[in-house]
Amino acid sequence: MSADTNAVSLKFGVVVFPGSNCEQDVVHALHLLGHEANYVWHQDTELACYDAIVLPGGFSYGDYLRCGAVARFSPVMESVIAYANAGRPVIGICNGFQILTEAKLLAGALLQNRNLKFICEPASLIVEKSVCKWLDPKLAGSVLEVPINHNEGNYFCDAKTLAELKENGQIVLRYRQAANGSLDNIAGICNRGGNVFGLMPHPERVCDFATGSTDGRAFFSYIFRYILEIASNTKNNLNKNGSLNSDDLNSDDNNIIGNVEVAQ
Amino acid sequence: MSDGGDVVSDGGDVVSDIVGDIVQDIPAPVCDNIVTLDAELAKKIALELGLTADEFLNVVRTQQRMPSLTELYIYSLMWSEHCSYKHSKGQLRHFSSKGKHVLQGPGENAGVISVGDGWAVAFKMESHNHPSAIEPFQGAATGIGGIIRDIFTMGARPIAAMDSLRFGTLDKPRQRYLFDGAVAGIGSYGNCLGIPTVGGEVYFEDAYEGNCLINAFALGLMREEELTRAVGSGPGNYVVLIGSSTGRDGIGGASVLASQEFDEAAENKRPAVQVGDPFEEKLLIEVCLELLKAGKFVALGDLGAAGLTSSASEMASRGGVGIDIDVRKVPQREDAMQPFEIMVSESQERMLAVVKPEDFADALDTCQRWGVSCSQIGSITNTGRFVVRDSALPADAQIVADMPAEMLAESAPEYTPQMSRPAYLDKLQSYPLDFVYECVEDNILNEVIAERIANAEILGLDAFVGAQFKGAQFNGTRFKDTQFKGAQPVKDVTAEEVAAITAALSAQAKASFDIAFLSMLASPNICSRRWIWRQYDHQVGNNTVVVPGADAAVLRIGDTGRAEMTCRGIAMSTDCNGRYCYLDPYLGAQIALAEGMRNLSCVGAKPAAITDCLNFGNPEKPEVFYSFHKAVCGLATACKHYDIPVISGNVSFYNESFGNAIYPTPAIGIVGVVENIANVCTSDFKQAGDTIILVGETLDELGASEYIKVIHGLVAGKPPSLDLQLENDVQSAIREAVSCRLLQSAHDCSEGGLAIAIAESCIAGNIGAKVTLAEPIPDVAALFAESQSRIVISCTEANTDRVLDILASYNVPFSILGETFGNRIYVEKSDGSALTPLVDVSLETALKLYNDSLEQMVNIK
Repeated sequence: MSADTNAVSLKFGVVVFPGSNCEQDVVHALHLLGHEANYVWHQDTELACYDAIVLPGGFSYGDYLRCGAVARFSPVMESVIAYANAGRPVIGICNGFQILTEAKLLAGALLQNRNLKFICEPASLIVEKSVCKWLDPKLAGSVLEVPINHNEGNYFCDAKTLAELKENGQIVLRYRQAANGSLDNIAGICNRGGNVFGLMPHPERVCDFATGSTDGRAFFSYIFRYILEIASNTKNNLNKNGSLNSDDLNSDDNNIIGNVEVAQ
Repeated sequence: MSDGGDVVSDGGDVVSDIVGDIVQDIPAPVCDNIVTLDAELAKKIALELGLTADEFLNVVRTQQRMPSLTELYIYSLMWSEHCSYKHSKGQLRHFSSKGKHVLQGPGENAGVISVGDGWAVAFKMESHNHPSAIEPFQGAATGIGGIIRDIFTMGARPIAAMDSLRFGTLDKPRQRYLFDGAVAGIGSYGNCLGIPTVGGEVYFEDAYEGNCLINAFALGLMREEELTRAVGSGPGNYVVLIGSSTGRDGIGGASVLASQEFDEAAENKRPAVQVGDPFEEKLLIEVCLELLKAGKFVALGDLGAAGLTSSASEMASRGGVGIDIDVRKVPQREDAMQPFEIMVSESQERMLAVVKPEDFADALDTCQRWGVSCSQIGSITNTGRFVVRDSALPADAQIVADMPAEMLAESAPEYTPQMSRPAYLDKLQSYPLDFVYECVEDNILNEVIAERIANAEILGLDAFVGAQFKGAQFNGTRFKDTQFKGAQPVKDVTAEEVAAITAALSAQAKASFDIAFLSMLASPNICSRRWIWRQYDHQVGNNTVVVPGADAAVLRIGDTGRAEMTCRGIAMSTDCNGRYCYLDPYLGAQIALAEGMRNLSCVGAKPAAITDCLNFGNPEKPEVFYSFHKAVCGLATACKHYDIPVISGNVSFYNESFGNAIYPTPAIGIVGVVENIANVCTSDFKQAGDTIILVGETLDELGASEYIKVIHGLVAGKPPSLDLQLENDVQSAIREAVSCRLLQSAHDCSEGGLAIAIAESCIAGNIGAKVTLAEPIPDVAALFAESQSRIVISCTEANTDRVLDILASYNVPFSILGETFGNRIYVEKSDGSALTPLVDVSLETALKLYNDSLEQMVNIK
């Protein structure tokens, strides 16, 4: 395990829909960071054994009809929704973000880029002060270089939703320069609980020195704190605020603490 | 020729008499009660399908009877130029495909070489020109689909794609439509598959106006032991069709589109263009690789040109077996399809596999898990016959085709077309270019360009972008609508105002090459291709080490899916300057290889093998075939000199429209090996104060250059000379310097010459340069001549002596040009004592122009 990453090895579930094409890249990045990662076929529904779930990029179901619109109805999504609603961590990257909005786990929608073209290029992202559990709060205000790669990344929501996102600290990432026409230059948002995070840029592409920079590591190396926190909450049955419900966590299957190995 | 024609036109009896006399060593037919065509009708249909009278007679001889309708369709496709290479086969024997590292040469779906440590790469380049000229988006998209299938058919996971494109000039709305559509099509298909498009090339020349070129390259990675071939074997084994259902799309694609010239009726051929479904292809890749890995396929082949017909007959022929197919078992997406329609349909995203009966359930299971259709449509036999039946017909009349498989695939006619040296060659090669130099001396150069710039400004274009289009002429109050169809001036001006702007511009840069230099930077053949590759996912797979925009793309050898990573890499590039090939096909083809190798050497890769895509006009025209012959010989000779095998390829003939052939365009895709990706070198200058060195030598060679095209609108002269040994030495020296990590940058000097090569390194690194040229040749040649075997490198001051030592040890010419410095591109000339500035422009101006030019041109409204 690299010295600059976290000291905890997590077990990630990386969901594979027909047409996903970044799942291997995500697994490669997670391995580099010392995590364990398994592919979860879209017809599987068993997610309790994972510390966190990744919906990777690609073109699920060819992005036919509308990006993410078909994938949202894959059997695995019911489990992902339950998992997310139980407060457990879910990250959706690119097509994964689109699927999360289709599944209503995240607000708004992703429209076609304003220039009506696919865009693959580096992007400078400003980390906003947010409730997102996936990024270290200390990163707020800093700039990360992470590439974008999409045809439909133009974030949109109505004025009321935007106001709520702002008020609740749900805007996680903004493009430093207008990239695709996104409302308020939004590149990534989270849900109110901060456990569900969707972003259009591809952090898994910038985790490996051999192929570029490593700004993407920040996206996978902090979440362990939150996982430890909910594990500890569950263990102590500290279920006061209602955001965590031990029934939804399928605690009869596995004690989720069992998945978190603290490295020596 | 006349014999055959006479015999057939005399009627069926004569034909059968002749056939009766011929003793053919071919397997006996399976069934005799087949519905054959009447002789007259058969001949009529044969001619309509593109067979010659001679070829028709050959069909009758082979069958020893009149053919059925289905048989006739099958022969016409298999013996079409596109499938049979009947005009090119003889020439292609000049190429050598031998090499210790070659695991599979031509003859399969793609060539394969070993790249060390048990890894192998399969790659191939293929044309999809005619479909794209009719329907650019689908034509280009299905071109990608086809070449990708060729790669994973071999057992390799496709990990990279490139595209070699040619269009007419962008002042024509039709050309903008084709270019925009083709790029979008390539992006939409490749991006969806999750295969990075990492490089390619594009040129815009009038010669491609009626016939654009879309050449798609793909490369896949595998372990050596995973190599799979499309060789059918094992009588009793199932023949299985996997993937999309079969429709009437693309019927006759190979014979109608690919093997004929274009004319007024081309637009009506749109239904012959296939429609792509990249999602289905993505599933096919996963299904096939999974089943190959599990050892469930005896053979695998893709359905490309001529669909099921060519795929099945080639598989049978390679394995020396027969094949028996029931067309009714083929899943169909349209009603009432005739057997011949099913056999020749070019519906996309279909694969043909041979599966042992005991493995069929597993294959079916995997396909179902991925939601992919999988049907047994026939079986392998030991008869050597290619049999097609339709089980919907009455029991005694089910067989609709019964042909010798080997004859079909391997015994297509072979022609040796006539050749004659095109008359234009002597005229253009000896075209007097004195005026190019005089124009500079008389100081009228700037006035010539300034007028175009003034016109462009009034059109609302960036001045130097507009300077490309000399057709934008002002006629008093409006621009002539000849070239800029639909373009409107942004303001009404008088002729006097235009003259005033012209005079001001002209005076502003008097006596320097600034205006010419900037016009060159904005040339669509030189400027940044960022607008294109920004639309392609070039990073998916996490292995792209050097992204597009560099001399060559570099990918790490590693399989992210298996977590197997190495520190070695694959470098690749596509190259061909069609203008050089037009003005000297032999030399032009050699330069294509030399430049491709140079691109690889610049990143530090050793060239290993090439694939080629030979795009030419109508081979039945002696002048076209002469060019083809010369280009093949030039390329083959150069390949042998460098010991580079040609492991796969494609010939595309009939690239003509309204009788005008394209430039001969033998595009090559070259692949090399990088020993350590940490040592890869790129073209951008890295920091101020580095030494800039020209390796190689600039000669007074302006013939065929981009300079005389952009500035004087002329395609003439002889292309730059090429010394094969010097090229080799220059590249060896650069590779050694790169592998010793002594270089900061290395960049191939090609179109636009030294001035452009330096500018490109400045722009890529966002750092200026101060350069002094001292060669005793005219200034204009020193700046813009396209002499071969040149590479612009930079190194730190501390490493300069060691770099010079390496260059000296290879005995290659070099000159220290200057250093990276500041934020201007400054080039001066030294004649020993006096220094004369030639170019002095701000980096910002150059950068903006270079980066934005292509997008501006595409977006002309």
